[in-house]
Amino acid sequence: MAQAIQSVNIPRLEKIARELRVDVIRMLEAAGSGHPGGSFSEMEILVALYFHRLRHDPKNPAWEGRDRLILSKGHGCPGLYACLARAGYFPHEELASLRKIGSRLQGHPDRLRLPGIEVSTGSLGQGLSMAIGMALAAKLDGASWRTYCILGDGEIQEGQIWEAAMAAPKFNLDNLTVILDHNNGQIDGPVEEIMPLAPLPEKWKAFNWHVQCIDGHDFKEIFAALETADAVQGKPHAILAKTVKGKGVSFMEHQIEWHGKAPNREQAEKAVAELAGKPD
Amino acid sequence: MKATRDAFGEAIAALGEKNPRIVVLDADLGKSTMTGAFMKRFPERHFELGIAESNMIGAAAGLALCGKIPFVTSFACFLIGRLETIRVAVAYNQTNVKMVGTHAGLGIGEDGPSQMGLEDLGALRSLPHVTLLQPGDAEETRQIVAWAAEHKGPVYIRLTRQKVPDVHSGGYQWKLGRLDPVFTPAGETEHFQASVLAGGGTLEGAIDAAKALEKKGFSVRVFNAPTIKPLDSTDVLDAARNSNRLVSVEDHSVVGGLGSAVAEVLAGAGLPAPLIRLGATRFGESGTGAELYSKYGLSSEHIQDACIRNIPQ
Ligand SMILES: Cc1ncc(C[n+]2csc(CCOP(=O)(O)OP(=O)(O)O)c2C)c(N)n1
Ligand SMILES: [Mg+2]
Repeated sequence: MAQAIQSVNIPRLEKIARELRVDVIRMLEAAGSGHPGGSFSEMEILVALYFHRLRHDPKNPAWEGRDRLILSKGHGCPGLYACLARAGYFPHEELASLRKIGSRLQGHPDRLRLPGIEVSTGSLGQGLSMAIGMALAAKLDGASWRTYCILGDGEIQEGQIWEAAMAAPKFNLDNLTVILDHNNGQIDGPVEEIMPLAPLPEKWKAFNWHVQCIDGHDFKEIFAALETADAVQGKPHAILAKTVKGKGVSFMEHQIEWHGKAPNREQAEKAVAELAGKPD
Repeated sequence: MKATRDAFGEAIAALGEKNPRIVVLDADLGKSTMTGAFMKRFPERHFELGIAESNMIGAAAGLALCGKIPFVTSFACFLIGRLETIRVAVAYNQTNVKMVGTHAGLGIGEDGPSQMGLEDLGALRSLPHVTLLQPGDAEETRQIVAWAAEHKGPVYIRLTRQKVPDVHSGGYQWKLGRLDPVFTPAGETEHFQASVLAGGGTLEGAIDAAKALEKKGFSVRVFNAPTIKPLDSTDVLDAARNSNRLVSVEDHSVVGGLGSAVAEVLAGAGLPAPLIRLGATRFGESGTGAELYSKYGLSSEHIQDACIRNIPQ
Protein backbone atom coordinates (compact mmCIF):
# COMPACT_ATOMS: atom_id res chain seq x y z
CA MET A 1 0.00 0.00 0.00
CA ALA A 2 1.19 3.48 -0.81
CA GLN A 3 2.59 5.87 1.73
CA ALA A 4 0.31 8.68 2.84
CA ILE A 5 0.47 11.76 0.61
CA GLN A 6 1.98 13.77 3.47
CA SER A 7 5.12 11.68 3.26
CA VAL A 8 5.77 12.49 -0.40
CA ASN A 9 8.70 14.82 -0.99
CA ILE A 10 6.99 16.98 -3.59
CA PRO A 11 9.78 19.55 -4.10
CA ARG A 12 12.05 16.62 -5.00
CA LEU A 13 9.60 15.41 -7.60
CA GLU A 14 9.16 18.91 -9.01
CA LYS A 15 12.91 19.14 -9.39
CA ILE A 16 13.05 15.80 -11.16
CA ALA A 17 10.28 16.85 -13.54
CA ARG A 18 12.16 20.03 -14.41
CA GLU A 19 15.39 18.15 -15.02
CA LEU A 20 13.68 15.56 -17.16
CA ARG A 21 12.12 18.31 -19.26
CA VAL A 22 15.67 19.54 -19.89
CA ASP A 23 16.63 15.99 -20.90
CA VAL A 24 13.73 15.93 -23.34
CA ILE A 25 14.75 19.24 -24.90
CA ARG A 26 18.33 17.98 -25.34
CA MET A 27 17.18 14.68 -26.81
CA LEU A 28 14.89 16.28 -29.34
CA GLU A 29 17.42 18.90 -30.32
CA ALA A 30 19.97 16.16 -30.99
CA ALA A 31 17.46 14.02 -32.85
CA GLY A 32 16.11 16.85 -34.97
CA SER A 33 12.56 15.51 -34.64
CA GLY A 34 10.18 14.16 -32.02
CA HIS A 35 7.27 15.18 -29.82
CA PRO A 36 7.79 17.80 -27.08
CA GLY A 37 4.17 18.89 -26.51
CA GLY A 38 2.83 15.57 -25.25
CA SER A 39 6.09 14.70 -23.46
CA PHE A 40 5.66 17.80 -21.31
CA SER A 41 1.95 17.48 -20.63
CA GLU A 42 2.44 13.94 -19.30
CA MET A 43 5.62 14.68 -17.31
CA GLU A 44 4.23 15.08 -13.77
CA ILE A 45 2.09 11.98 -14.24
CA LEU A 46 5.12 9.92 -15.28
CA VAL A 47 7.32 11.34 -12.52
CA ALA A 48 4.65 10.65 -9.88
CA LEU A 49 4.46 7.07 -11.09
CA TYR A 50 8.13 6.25 -11.65
CA PHE A 51 9.61 8.09 -8.68
CA HIS A 52 7.06 7.33 -6.05
CA ARG A 53 4.13 5.24 -6.98
CA LEU A 54 5.09 2.29 -9.16
CA ARG A 55 6.40 -0.90 -7.68
CA HIS A 56 9.20 -1.60 -10.08
CA ASP A 57 12.84 -2.59 -10.14
CA PRO A 58 14.99 -0.97 -12.83
CA LYS A 59 17.66 -3.61 -12.21
CA ASN A 60 15.15 -6.34 -12.81
CA PRO A 61 12.72 -5.02 -15.41
CA ALA A 62 11.13 -8.44 -15.88
CA TRP A 63 10.24 -8.81 -12.18
CA GLU A 64 6.85 -10.50 -12.21
CA GLY A 65 5.45 -8.54 -9.29
CA ARG A 66 5.99 -5.14 -10.91
CA ASP A 67 3.20 -2.72 -11.69
CA ARG A 68 2.68 -2.38 -15.44
CA LEU A 69 2.63 0.99 -17.18
CA ILE A 70 1.57 1.35 -20.78
CA LEU A 71 2.23 4.62 -22.56
CA SER A 72 -0.51 4.15 -25.11
CA LYS A 73 0.20 7.56 -26.66
CA GLY A 74 3.56 6.21 -27.75
CA HIS A 75 4.76 9.40 -29.41
CA GLY A 76 5.17 10.80 -25.88
CA CYS A 77 8.15 8.47 -25.42
CA PRO A 78 10.85 11.14 -25.00
CA GLY A 79 9.26 11.91 -21.63
CA LEU A 80 9.14 8.22 -20.79
CA TYR A 81 12.75 7.60 -21.90
CA ALA A 82 13.96 10.45 -19.68
CA CYS A 83 12.15 8.85 -16.72
CA LEU A 84 13.50 5.38 -17.44
CA ALA A 85 17.06 6.63 -17.73
CA ARG A 86 16.78 8.59 -14.50
CA ALA A 87 15.26 5.59 -12.75
CA GLY A 88 18.23 3.49 -13.84
CA TYR A 89 16.89 1.30 -16.62
CA PHE A 90 19.68 2.37 -18.96
CA PRO A 91 22.53 4.92 -18.99
CA HIS A 92 21.63 8.59 -19.19
CA GLU A 93 24.09 9.10 -22.08
CA GLU A 94 21.97 6.85 -24.21
CA LEU A 95 19.24 9.50 -24.35
CA ALA A 96 21.33 11.29 -26.97
CA SER A 97 20.81 8.39 -29.38
CA LEU A 98 17.06 9.02 -29.70
CA ARG A 99 15.78 8.26 -33.23
CA LYS A 100 19.27 7.46 -34.55
CA ILE A 101 19.98 4.33 -36.52
CA GLY A 102 20.78 1.36 -34.29
CA SER A 103 19.43 3.09 -31.18
CA ARG A 104 17.32 1.36 -28.56
CA LEU A 105 15.42 4.64 -28.28
CA GLN A 106 13.07 4.40 -31.21
CA GLY A 107 10.79 7.20 -32.39
CA HIS A 108 8.01 5.26 -30.68
CA PRO A 109 8.60 2.86 -27.75
CA ASP A 110 9.87 -0.61 -28.62
CA ARG A 111 9.61 -3.21 -25.86
CA LEU A 112 11.98 -5.64 -27.55
CA ARG A 113 14.77 -3.10 -27.72
CA LEU A 114 14.54 -1.11 -24.50
CA PRO A 115 14.23 -2.42 -20.93
CA GLY A 116 11.34 -0.88 -19.02
CA ILE A 117 8.98 -0.62 -22.00
CA GLU A 118 5.99 -2.87 -21.34
CA VAL A 119 4.38 -2.56 -24.75
CA SER A 120 5.49 -1.24 -28.13
CA THR A 121 3.06 1.49 -29.08
CA GLY A 122 2.74 4.20 -31.71
CA SER A 123 -0.52 3.25 -33.32
CA LEU A 124 -2.97 5.19 -31.18
CA GLY A 125 -5.93 3.50 -29.55
CA GLN A 126 -4.46 0.09 -28.79
CA GLY A 127 -2.92 0.46 -25.34
CA LEU A 128 -6.06 0.24 -23.25
CA SER A 129 -7.04 -3.13 -24.68
CA MET A 130 -3.60 -4.51 -23.82
CA ALA A 131 -3.90 -2.98 -20.36
CA ILE A 132 -7.18 -4.85 -19.92
CA GLY A 133 -5.44 -8.07 -20.88
CA MET A 134 -2.77 -7.45 -18.26
CA ALA A 135 -5.32 -6.59 -15.58
CA LEU A 136 -7.24 -9.76 -16.41
CA ALA A 137 -4.02 -11.78 -16.12
CA ALA A 138 -3.29 -10.27 -12.70
CA LYS A 139 -6.78 -11.19 -11.51
CA LEU A 140 -6.41 -14.73 -12.86
CA ASP A 141 -3.13 -15.12 -10.98
CA GLY A 142 -4.43 -13.49 -7.82
CA ALA A 143 -1.55 -11.01 -8.13
CA SER A 144 -1.58 -7.62 -6.45
CA TRP A 145 0.27 -5.60 -9.08
CA ARG A 146 -1.66 -2.87 -10.88
CA THR A 147 -1.86 -1.79 -14.48
CA TYR A 148 -1.63 1.86 -15.47
CA CYS A 149 -2.42 3.14 -18.93
CA ILE A 150 -1.72 6.68 -20.14
CA LEU A 151 -3.97 7.83 -22.97
CA GLY A 152 -3.96 10.99 -25.09
CA ASP A 153 -7.14 13.01 -25.50
CA GLY A 154 -6.84 12.84 -29.28
CA GLU A 155 -6.14 9.15 -28.96
CA ILE A 156 -9.46 8.43 -27.25
CA GLN A 157 -11.24 9.32 -30.48
CA GLU A 158 -10.30 5.82 -31.62
CA GLY A 159 -13.21 3.39 -31.50
CA GLN A 160 -11.09 0.67 -29.90
CA ILE A 161 -10.73 2.85 -26.80
CA TRP A 162 -14.48 2.74 -26.26
CA GLU A 163 -14.64 -0.98 -26.91
CA ALA A 164 -12.09 -1.30 -24.13
CA ALA A 165 -13.96 1.21 -21.98
CA MET A 166 -17.01 -1.05 -22.23
CA ALA A 167 -15.07 -4.20 -21.43
CA ALA A 168 -13.07 -3.16 -18.35
CA PRO A 169 -16.10 -2.60 -16.05
CA LYS A 170 -17.63 -5.87 -17.20
CA PHE A 171 -14.65 -7.65 -15.67
CA ASN A 172 -14.59 -5.42 -12.57
CA LEU A 173 -11.01 -4.44 -13.28
CA ASP A 174 -10.37 -2.30 -10.20
CA ASN A 175 -6.68 -3.13 -10.64
CA LEU A 176 -6.62 -0.97 -13.79
CA THR A 177 -6.09 2.78 -13.77
CA VAL A 178 -6.34 4.93 -16.86
CA ILE A 179 -4.78 8.35 -16.75
CA LEU A 180 -5.93 10.65 -19.52
CA ASP A 181 -3.46 13.34 -20.55
CA HIS A 182 -6.15 15.89 -21.31
CA ASN A 183 -4.11 18.65 -22.94
CA ASN A 184 -6.71 19.67 -25.51
CA GLY A 185 -4.20 19.39 -28.34
CA GLN A 186 -3.67 16.94 -31.17
CA ILE A 187 -1.96 17.37 -34.57
CA ASP A 188 -4.38 19.27 -36.77
CA GLY A 189 -5.71 21.52 -34.02
CA PRO A 190 -7.34 21.76 -30.58
CA VAL A 191 -9.18 18.59 -29.58
CA GLU A 192 -12.44 20.46 -29.12
CA GLU A 193 -12.29 21.54 -32.77
CA ILE A 194 -11.06 18.29 -34.28
CA MET A 195 -13.51 16.04 -32.44
CA PRO A 196 -15.33 17.36 -29.38
CA LEU A 197 -15.11 15.03 -26.37
CA ALA A 198 -17.35 16.78 -23.87
CA PRO A 199 -18.91 15.80 -21.60
CA LEU A 200 -15.94 13.60 -20.84
CA PRO A 201 -16.38 12.64 -17.16
CA GLU A 202 -20.00 11.77 -17.93
CA LYS A 203 -18.92 9.52 -20.81
CA TRP A 204 -16.57 7.46 -18.63
CA LYS A 205 -19.12 7.40 -15.81
CA ALA A 206 -21.78 6.20 -18.22
CA PHE A 207 -19.43 3.36 -19.15
CA ASN A 208 -19.32 2.45 -15.43
CA TRP A 209 -15.85 3.66 -14.54
CA HIS A 210 -14.80 5.26 -11.26
CA VAL A 211 -13.92 8.75 -12.48
CA GLN A 212 -11.77 11.50 -10.95
CA CYS A 213 -10.89 14.86 -12.49
CA ILE A 214 -7.61 16.45 -11.46
CA ASP A 215 -4.93 18.96 -12.43
CA GLY A 216 -2.34 16.75 -14.10
CA HIS A 217 0.57 19.00 -13.15
CA ASP A 218 -0.24 19.08 -9.42
CA PHE A 219 1.55 16.24 -7.63
CA LYS A 220 -0.76 16.43 -4.62
CA GLU A 221 -3.80 15.93 -6.80
CA ILE A 222 -2.13 13.13 -8.77
CA PHE A 223 -1.21 11.21 -5.62
CA ALA A 224 -4.59 11.78 -4.00
CA ALA A 225 -6.31 10.41 -7.10
CA LEU A 226 -4.01 7.39 -7.30
CA GLU A 227 -4.67 6.59 -3.64
CA THR A 228 -8.40 6.94 -4.02
CA ALA A 229 -8.20 4.64 -7.02
CA ASP A 230 -6.49 2.05 -4.82
CA ALA A 231 -9.22 2.29 -2.25
CA VAL A 232 -12.28 2.11 -4.50
CA GLN A 233 -13.13 -1.47 -5.39
CA GLY A 234 -15.17 -3.12 -8.08
CA LYS A 235 -14.62 -0.68 -10.93
CA PRO A 236 -11.76 0.37 -13.21
CA HIS A 237 -10.45 3.86 -12.57
CA ALA A 238 -10.27 6.79 -14.95
CA ILE A 239 -8.24 9.78 -13.83
CA LEU A 240 -8.96 12.63 -16.21
CA ALA A 241 -5.94 14.88 -15.82
CA LYS A 242 -6.26 18.41 -17.15
CA THR A 243 -2.85 19.27 -18.56
CA VAL A 244 -1.09 21.86 -20.69
CA LYS A 245 0.50 20.73 -23.93
CA GLY A 246 4.14 21.86 -23.92
CA LYS A 247 3.98 22.56 -20.15
CA GLY A 248 7.08 24.18 -18.69
CA VAL A 249 8.44 26.00 -21.72
CA SER A 250 6.61 29.28 -22.31
CA PHE A 251 6.83 29.31 -26.08
CA MET A 252 5.60 25.73 -26.35
CA GLU A 253 2.67 25.89 -23.94
CA HIS A 254 -0.71 25.51 -25.68
CA GLN A 255 0.99 25.76 -29.10
CA ILE A 256 -0.29 23.09 -31.49
CA GLU A 257 2.80 23.47 -33.70
CA TRP A 258 4.94 22.01 -30.89
CA HIS A 259 3.13 18.69 -31.03
CA GLY A 260 5.77 17.03 -33.17
CA LYS A 261 8.64 19.39 -33.80
CA ALA A 262 12.15 19.52 -32.38
CA PRO A 263 13.63 22.74 -31.06
CA ASN A 264 16.63 24.12 -32.93
CA ARG A 265 19.79 25.07 -31.03
CA GLU A 266 18.57 28.56 -30.16
CA GLN A 267 15.13 27.42 -29.06
CA ALA A 268 16.67 24.62 -27.03
CA GLU A 269 18.93 27.03 -25.17
CA LYS A 270 16.01 29.30 -24.46
CA ALA A 271 13.93 26.40 -23.17
CA VAL A 272 16.72 25.07 -20.97
CA ALA A 273 17.42 28.52 -19.53
CA GLU A 274 13.75 28.88 -18.69
CA LEU A 275 13.57 25.49 -17.06
CA ALA A 276 16.75 26.13 -15.08
CA GLY A 277 15.49 29.51 -13.91
CA LYS A 278 12.47 28.08 -12.17
CA PRO A 279 12.91 28.16 -8.35
CA ASP A 280 14.05 24.97 -6.68
CA MET B 1 12.42 17.00 -56.19
CA LYS B 2 9.08 16.82 -54.49
CA ALA B 3 7.38 14.43 -52.08
CA THR B 4 4.49 12.73 -53.82
CA ARG B 5 2.32 13.63 -50.81
CA ASP B 6 2.99 17.30 -51.61
CA ALA B 7 2.06 16.76 -55.24
CA PHE B 8 -1.13 15.09 -54.06
CA GLY B 9 -2.03 18.08 -51.89
CA GLU B 10 -1.71 20.43 -54.87
CA ALA B 11 -3.53 18.06 -57.20
CA ILE B 12 -6.54 17.48 -54.97
CA ALA B 13 -6.95 21.22 -54.33
CA ALA B 14 -6.89 21.88 -58.09
CA LEU B 15 -9.35 19.07 -58.82
CA GLY B 16 -11.71 20.37 -56.16
CA GLU B 17 -12.11 23.47 -58.29
CA LYS B 18 -13.19 21.44 -61.32
CA ASN B 19 -15.33 18.83 -59.66
CA PRO B 20 -17.72 19.85 -56.87
CA ARG B 21 -18.42 16.20 -56.04
CA ILE B 22 -14.94 15.72 -54.62
CA VAL B 23 -14.81 15.70 -50.83
CA VAL B 24 -11.85 15.07 -48.53
CA LEU B 25 -11.87 13.24 -45.20
CA ASP B 26 -9.04 13.42 -42.68
CA ALA B 27 -8.13 11.65 -39.45
CA ASP B 28 -5.96 14.25 -37.68
CA LEU B 29 -3.11 13.87 -40.16
CA GLY B 30 -4.09 16.48 -42.75
CA LYS B 31 -0.93 18.44 -42.01
CA SER B 32 1.07 15.37 -43.05
CA THR B 33 -1.09 14.13 -45.91
CA MET B 34 -1.16 17.68 -47.29
CA THR B 35 -4.88 18.29 -47.55
CA GLY B 36 -4.52 21.81 -46.11
CA ALA B 37 -4.92 23.65 -49.42
CA PHE B 38 -8.12 21.76 -50.23
CA MET B 39 -9.46 22.43 -46.75
CA LYS B 40 -8.75 26.15 -47.07
CA ARG B 41 -10.45 26.48 -50.44
CA PHE B 42 -13.38 24.15 -49.83
CA PRO B 43 -14.01 24.07 -46.08
CA GLU B 44 -17.56 22.82 -46.59
CA ARG B 45 -16.26 19.82 -48.55
CA HIS B 46 -13.60 18.90 -46.01
CA PHE B 47 -14.46 16.65 -43.07
CA GLU B 48 -12.15 16.20 -40.08
CA LEU B 49 -13.09 12.90 -38.42
CA GLY B 50 -10.43 12.91 -35.70
CA ILE B 51 -8.17 10.00 -34.81
CA ALA B 52 -10.78 7.44 -35.89
CA GLU B 53 -9.81 5.88 -39.19
CA SER B 54 -12.48 3.16 -39.32
CA ASN B 55 -15.22 5.70 -38.95
CA MET B 56 -13.60 7.90 -41.59
CA ILE B 57 -13.53 5.06 -44.12
CA GLY B 58 -17.10 4.06 -43.36
CA ALA B 59 -18.31 7.66 -43.66
CA ALA B 60 -16.52 7.92 -47.00
CA ALA B 61 -18.37 4.87 -48.24
CA GLY B 62 -21.66 6.51 -47.26
CA LEU B 63 -20.72 9.72 -49.05
CA ALA B 64 -19.77 7.71 -52.12
CA LEU B 65 -23.10 5.89 -52.10
CA CYS B 66 -24.76 9.31 -52.30
CA GLY B 67 -22.82 10.51 -55.32
CA LYS B 68 -19.79 12.17 -53.73
CA ILE B 69 -16.21 11.31 -54.62
CA PRO B 70 -14.50 10.98 -51.25
CA PHE B 71 -10.73 10.98 -50.81
CA VAL B 72 -9.76 9.64 -47.38
CA THR B 73 -6.23 10.30 -46.23
CA SER B 74 -3.97 9.02 -43.46
CA PHE B 75 -0.65 7.25 -43.12
CA ALA B 76 -0.70 4.03 -45.16
CA CYS B 77 -0.21 1.94 -42.01
CA PHE B 78 -3.24 3.41 -40.26
CA LEU B 79 -5.50 3.01 -43.28
CA ILE B 80 -4.75 -0.67 -43.71
CA GLY B 81 -4.99 -1.04 -39.96
CA ARG B 82 -8.70 -0.88 -40.80
CA LEU B 83 -8.53 -3.67 -43.38
CA GLU B 84 -11.84 -5.29 -42.56
CA THR B 85 -13.66 -1.97 -42.76
CA ILE B 86 -12.06 -1.41 -46.16
CA ARG B 87 -12.95 -4.95 -47.14
CA VAL B 88 -16.66 -4.54 -46.55
CA ALA B 89 -17.43 -0.80 -46.76
CA VAL B 90 -15.19 -0.17 -49.77
CA ALA B 91 -14.28 -3.34 -51.67
CA TYR B 92 -17.31 -5.58 -51.16
CA ASN B 93 -19.74 -2.69 -51.58
CA GLN B 94 -17.63 -1.41 -54.49
CA THR B 95 -18.03 2.13 -53.24
CA ASN B 96 -16.32 4.94 -55.10
CA VAL B 97 -13.84 5.65 -52.31
CA LYS B 98 -10.32 6.92 -53.01
CA MET B 99 -7.89 5.97 -50.26
CA VAL B 100 -4.68 7.95 -50.02
CA GLY B 101 -1.99 6.37 -47.86
CA THR B 102 1.07 8.51 -47.26
CA HIS B 103 4.32 7.76 -45.41
CA ALA B 104 5.07 4.68 -47.44
CA GLY B 105 7.83 2.46 -46.18
CA LEU B 106 11.22 2.81 -44.53
CA GLY B 107 11.72 6.11 -46.34
CA ILE B 108 9.83 7.98 -43.61
CA GLY B 109 12.90 7.60 -41.38
CA GLU B 110 13.00 8.77 -37.77
CA ASP B 111 9.40 8.15 -36.68
CA GLY B 112 10.19 4.47 -36.86
CA PRO B 113 8.49 1.15 -37.55
CA SER B 114 5.05 1.80 -36.08
CA GLN B 115 4.50 4.64 -38.58
CA MET B 116 5.87 2.89 -41.69
CA GLY B 117 3.43 1.63 -44.29
CA LEU B 118 5.13 -1.62 -45.24
CA GLU B 119 2.21 -4.01 -45.70
CA ASP B 120 -0.44 -1.83 -47.34
CA LEU B 121 -0.04 -3.19 -50.87
CA GLY B 122 0.10 -6.80 -49.72
CA ALA B 123 -3.03 -6.45 -47.63
CA LEU B 124 -5.03 -4.50 -50.21
CA ARG B 125 -3.87 -6.52 -53.21
CA SER B 126 -5.84 -9.46 -51.89
CA LEU B 127 -9.10 -7.48 -52.03
CA PRO B 128 -11.16 -7.63 -55.24
CA HIS B 129 -12.14 -4.41 -57.04
CA VAL B 130 -9.44 -2.15 -55.56
CA THR B 131 -6.98 -0.46 -57.96
CA LEU B 132 -3.55 0.05 -56.37
CA LEU B 133 -1.33 2.87 -57.61
CA GLN B 134 2.04 4.25 -56.56
CA PRO B 135 3.15 7.34 -58.48
CA GLY B 136 6.87 7.81 -59.05
CA ASP B 137 7.04 11.59 -59.10
CA ALA B 138 5.03 14.81 -58.93
CA GLU B 139 3.82 14.77 -62.54
CA GLU B 140 2.64 11.19 -62.31
CA THR B 141 0.93 11.93 -58.99
CA ARG B 142 -1.08 14.71 -60.65
CA GLN B 143 -2.18 12.37 -63.44
CA ILE B 144 -3.00 9.49 -61.12
CA VAL B 145 -5.04 11.62 -58.73
CA ALA B 146 -7.00 13.07 -61.67
CA TRP B 147 -7.58 9.56 -63.05
CA ALA B 148 -8.73 8.28 -59.67
CA ALA B 149 -11.31 11.07 -59.42
CA GLU B 150 -12.75 10.07 -62.81
CA HIS B 151 -12.53 6.31 -62.35
CA LYS B 152 -15.62 4.63 -60.90
CA GLY B 153 -14.57 2.28 -58.12
CA PRO B 154 -12.22 1.94 -55.16
CA VAL B 155 -8.67 3.22 -55.62
CA TYR B 156 -5.70 3.21 -53.28
CA ILE B 157 -2.87 5.68 -53.88
CA ARG B 158 0.43 5.13 -52.08
CA LEU B 159 2.59 8.21 -51.47
CA THR B 160 5.99 9.11 -50.09
CA ARG B 161 6.79 11.35 -47.15
CA GLN B 162 10.25 12.05 -48.56
CA LYS B 163 11.11 14.06 -51.64
CA VAL B 164 11.66 12.09 -54.84
CA PRO B 165 13.24 13.33 -58.08
CA ASP B 166 11.20 14.15 -61.18
CA VAL B 167 11.59 11.26 -63.57
CA HIS B 168 9.10 12.52 -66.14
CA SER B 169 9.18 15.52 -68.43
CA GLY B 170 6.36 17.42 -70.16
CA GLY B 171 4.88 14.98 -72.62
CA TYR B 172 4.52 12.04 -70.26
CA GLN B 173 1.22 10.17 -70.26
CA TRP B 174 0.56 7.69 -67.45
CA LYS B 175 -1.26 4.52 -68.49
CA LEU B 176 -3.05 2.17 -66.10
CA GLY B 177 -1.31 -1.17 -65.69
CA ARG B 178 1.66 -0.36 -67.90
CA LEU B 179 5.35 -0.27 -67.10
CA ASP B 180 7.01 3.03 -67.80
CA PRO B 181 10.65 2.96 -69.01
CA VAL B 182 12.55 5.65 -67.15
CA PHE B 183 16.12 4.63 -67.97
CA THR B 184 17.64 2.76 -70.90
CA PRO B 185 21.43 2.51 -71.26
CA ALA B 186 22.87 4.25 -74.34
CA GLY B 187 23.17 2.09 -77.44
CA GLU B 188 21.43 -0.98 -76.08
CA THR B 189 18.04 -1.83 -77.58
CA GLU B 190 17.74 -5.60 -77.86
CA HIS B 191 18.87 -7.47 -74.80
CA PHE B 192 19.71 -6.40 -71.30
CA GLN B 193 21.60 -7.80 -68.35
CA ALA B 194 18.68 -6.86 -66.16
CA SER B 195 15.39 -5.00 -66.09
CA VAL B 196 14.69 -3.31 -62.79
CA LEU B 197 11.12 -2.62 -61.75
CA ALA B 198 10.85 0.08 -59.09
CA GLY B 199 8.37 2.65 -57.84
CA GLY B 200 7.91 5.53 -55.43
CA GLY B 201 10.87 5.89 -53.10
CA THR B 202 13.01 3.23 -54.79
CA LEU B 203 13.08 4.73 -58.29
CA GLU B 204 15.97 7.07 -57.57
CA GLY B 205 18.23 4.28 -56.32
CA ALA B 206 17.26 2.05 -59.24
CA ILE B 207 18.17 4.68 -61.83
CA ASP B 208 21.38 5.42 -59.98
CA ALA B 209 22.24 1.72 -59.96
CA ALA B 210 21.60 1.34 -63.71
CA LYS B 211 23.80 4.35 -64.46
CA ALA B 212 26.60 3.02 -62.26
CA LEU B 213 26.37 -0.38 -63.95
CA GLU B 214 26.37 1.22 -67.40
CA LYS B 215 29.79 2.66 -66.57
CA LYS B 216 30.93 -0.83 -65.67
CA GLY B 217 29.65 -2.20 -68.99
CA PHE B 218 26.37 -3.76 -67.87
CA SER B 219 23.18 -2.88 -69.69
CA VAL B 220 20.39 -2.40 -67.20
CA ARG B 221 17.00 -0.89 -67.90
CA VAL B 222 14.76 0.68 -65.27
CA PHE B 223 10.99 0.66 -65.35
CA ASN B 224 8.75 2.69 -63.14
CA ALA B 225 5.88 0.43 -62.08
CA PRO B 226 3.15 2.80 -60.92
CA THR B 227 0.34 0.25 -61.12
CA ILE B 228 0.52 -2.55 -58.59
CA LYS B 229 -2.96 -3.78 -59.49
CA PRO B 230 -4.12 -4.45 -62.17
CA LEU B 231 -0.62 -5.10 -63.50
CA ASP B 232 -0.59 -5.62 -67.27
CA SER B 233 1.27 -8.84 -68.03
CA THR B 234 2.48 -7.82 -71.53
CA ASP B 235 5.12 -5.35 -70.37
CA VAL B 236 6.36 -7.61 -67.61
CA LEU B 237 6.72 -10.58 -69.95
CA ASP B 238 8.45 -8.42 -72.58
CA ALA B 239 10.90 -7.16 -70.02
CA ALA B 240 11.56 -10.71 -68.85
CA ARG B 241 12.18 -11.97 -72.39
CA ASN B 242 14.55 -9.11 -73.20
CA SER B 243 16.64 -9.43 -70.06
CA ASN B 244 18.77 -12.04 -68.35
CA ARG B 245 16.86 -11.32 -65.19
CA LEU B 246 14.24 -9.13 -63.58
CA VAL B 247 14.85 -7.25 -60.36
CA SER B 248 12.02 -5.75 -58.36
CA VAL B 249 12.78 -3.21 -55.67
CA GLU B 250 10.14 -1.75 -53.40
CA ASP B 251 9.93 0.13 -50.15
CA HIS B 252 7.37 -2.37 -48.90
CA SER B 253 7.41 -5.85 -47.50
CA VAL B 254 9.05 -8.17 -49.97
CA VAL B 255 5.93 -10.28 -49.59
CA GLY B 256 2.73 -9.20 -51.26
CA GLY B 257 3.69 -6.08 -53.18
CA LEU B 258 5.19 -5.35 -56.61
CA GLY B 259 7.68 -8.22 -56.55
CA SER B 260 4.98 -10.70 -55.71
CA ALA B 261 2.73 -9.30 -58.45
CA VAL B 262 5.57 -9.71 -60.98
CA ALA B 263 6.28 -13.25 -59.78
CA GLU B 264 2.63 -14.13 -60.29
CA VAL B 265 2.71 -12.83 -63.86
CA LEU B 266 5.85 -14.85 -64.66
CA ALA B 267 4.54 -18.01 -63.06
CA GLY B 268 1.16 -17.59 -64.71
CA ALA B 269 2.78 -17.37 -68.12
CA GLY B 270 5.07 -20.31 -67.40
CA LEU B 271 8.09 -18.17 -68.14
CA PRO B 272 11.17 -19.49 -66.36
CA ALA B 273 12.79 -16.07 -65.90
CA PRO B 274 14.96 -15.30 -62.88
CA LEU B 275 13.44 -12.66 -60.63
CA ILE B 276 15.26 -11.12 -57.71
CA ARG B 277 12.94 -9.36 -55.30
CA LEU B 278 14.26 -6.62 -53.04
CA GLY B 279 12.03 -5.33 -50.26
CA ALA B 280 11.68 -5.24 -46.50
CA THR B 281 11.98 -8.60 -44.77
CA ARG B 282 11.43 -7.28 -41.23
CA PHE B 283 10.07 -4.27 -39.39
CA GLY B 284 12.21 -1.16 -39.78
CA GLU B 285 13.66 1.17 -37.19
CA SER B 286 14.34 4.84 -36.63
CA GLY B 287 17.11 6.46 -38.68
CA THR B 288 17.42 8.61 -41.76
CA GLY B 289 15.68 7.32 -44.86
CA ALA B 290 19.01 6.88 -46.63
CA GLU B 291 20.52 4.95 -43.72
CA LEU B 292 17.52 2.67 -43.66
CA TYR B 293 17.63 1.99 -47.40
CA SER B 294 21.27 0.94 -46.92
CA LYS B 295 20.65 -1.18 -43.86
CA TYR B 296 17.54 -2.88 -45.20
CA GLY B 297 18.75 -3.68 -48.68
CA LEU B 298 17.16 -1.05 -50.90
CA SER B 299 20.14 1.15 -51.76
CA SER B 300 21.71 1.65 -55.19
CA GLU B 301 24.48 -0.75 -54.14
CA HIS B 302 22.01 -3.47 -53.28
CA ILE B 303 20.23 -2.99 -56.59
CA GLN B 304 23.50 -3.15 -58.51
CA ASP B 305 24.39 -6.34 -56.75
CA ALA B 306 20.98 -7.84 -57.52
CA CYS B 307 21.49 -7.02 -61.20
CA ILE B 308 24.82 -8.78 -61.61
CA ARG B 309 25.44 -11.29 -58.85
CA ASN B 310 25.56 -14.97 -59.75
CA ILE B 311 22.26 -16.72 -59.44
CA PRO B 312 22.81 -20.24 -58.15
CA GLN B 313 21.09 -22.72 -60.45
C1 LIG C 1 -3.95 5.10 -35.24
C2 LIG C 1 -3.15 6.34 -35.37
N1 LIG C 1 -3.61 7.34 -36.14
C3 LIG C 1 -2.88 8.47 -36.28
C4 LIG C 1 -1.67 8.60 -35.66
C5 LIG C 1 -0.81 9.82 -35.89
N2 LIG C 1 -0.73 10.65 -34.67
C6 LIG C 1 0.36 10.63 -33.87
S1 LIG C 1 0.21 11.63 -32.54
C7 LIG C 1 -1.33 12.13 -33.03
C8 LIG C 1 -2.09 13.11 -32.18
C9 LIG C 1 -2.26 12.59 -30.81
O1 LIG C 1 -2.96 13.45 -29.99
P1 LIG C 1 -3.10 13.08 -28.46
O2 LIG C 1 -3.56 11.69 -28.31
O3 LIG C 1 -3.97 14.12 -27.85
O4 LIG C 1 -1.61 13.14 -27.92
P2 LIG C 1 -0.85 14.34 -27.15
O5 LIG C 1 -1.66 15.58 -27.27
O6 LIG C 1 -0.75 13.90 -25.75
O7 LIG C 1 0.48 14.46 -27.80
C10 LIG C 1 -1.69 11.51 -34.23
C11 LIG C 1 -2.94 11.74 -34.96
C12 LIG C 1 -1.23 7.52 -34.87
N3 LIG C 1 -0.03 7.55 -34.26
N4 LIG C 1 -1.98 6.42 -34.74
MG1 LIG D 1 -3.71 15.74 -26.69
